[in-house]
Amino acid sequence: MTPARKKRLSLILLMIIGVAVGVGFALQSLNENIMFFFSPADIEAGKAPPNKDFRVGGVVVDGSVSRPGEGLTVEFDLTDNQSVVKVKYTGILPDLFREGQGIIANGRLNREGHFIAQEVLAKHDENYMPPEVMEAMKKSGQAMPSMKKNGI
Amino acid sequence: MFKWFTKWFHRLGSPPHFYRIAGLWLPWLSGLFGILVIAGLYGGLVLAPPDYQQGESYRIIFVHVPAAWMSLFIYMVMAFCGVVVLVWRMKLAEIVLISAAPVGASFTFLALVTGSLWGKPMWGTYWVWDARLTSELILLFLYLGVIGLYGAIDDKRVAARAVATLAIVGVVNIPIIHYSVEWWNSLHQGPTVTKFDKPSIHWSMLIPLLLMALAFKLYFIISLFQRVRAELLHRERNSRWVEELIRS
Repeated sequence: MTPARKKRLSLILLMIIGVAVGVGFALQSLNENIMFFFSPADIEAGKAPPNKDFRVGGVVVDGSVSRPGEGLTVEFDLTDNQSVVKVKYTGILPDLFREGQGIIANGRLNREGHFIAQEVLAKHDENYMPPEVMEAMKKSGQAMPSMKKNGI
Repeated sequence: MFKWFTKWFHRLGSPPHFYRIAGLWLPWLSGLFGILVIAGLYGGLVLAPPDYQQGESYRIIFVHVPAAWMSLFIYMVMAFCGVVVLVWRMKLAEIVLISAAPVGASFTFLALVTGSLWGKPMWGTYWVWDARLTSELILLFLYLGVIGLYGAIDDKRVAARAVATLAIVGVVNIPIIHYSVEWWNSLHQGPTVTKFDKPSIHWSMLIPLLLMALAFKLYFIISLFQRVRAELLHRERNSRWVEELIRS
């Protein structure tokens, strides 16, 4: 490589490093805002903003879904395997909503520490398999490692 | 070995040589693409079983995932060409860079649209301002910026250098897109195939997915070759080899 080319190459590398460091710092300082949701443990630790809308993400606790009254109101517990938060929601739930499923709810905490959701989104995991395989795995009691690790 | 490689690389950089080689490869690549895309679509839409949770809706991954992979891959090709343009001032790299941009933009658009159509029934929303989705949208704007900047400067050799700089700066976005689902809580699920432990997708779905990914890659090469050939003819319209080509 000629010296001129070497110089240009090092200038380019310097430029990439400079931009990467700049963007890195910017993202670092925006970290909280980039978080799409908080976990129930974050809420318990008081990290979630009070009196402001935010999103909470977690897994719907098995057997916790109940429908008090006649309407579309649903109540369920949301967990990240550390803490639990009670969620109330009135509206239509997405297809993937079910017990044991990862979901994200948008809303705010009320005074009793219950989460009043205005919107519920389902987050699905990165596992794809036919129903029969899932059944077989459940029977043999071995879920995929990633499903246990990040229930959500 | 290295000497042989540099010789091959320098020859490939010569416009008439590339024009001829690309022309020879095109029919073979097109045939292979046809086979792969039929096999991939048949495997994905007919043979593969429905998903245990999403049912039939998951089948969009056979288009969405390869398109998203290509959107990242093509940008990295562009950034690599950008380095070659700025350091070696290679004409062919300029042409490859600018010819790849519309293809990459289309794949990015396809990934965004298919993801959004799938998002409505599955997540419950077409769009959220989430790290993965937003960074992919920025990628689309980077592609459009490259196309627009190239068009805005009349001297194409100057334009190519400006575009190369933009392409290189934008490459910072690529790892952000890839790792966005791991660095931040995101609505988008984590990686399935590219994570280090074994992919959590059943083989009956993985094989058509990989076939489609390969087909998309071939499609990119085919359309890149065609664009590069057209651009070469246009840029070299006053040179002897184009004149000879037309006369023969």
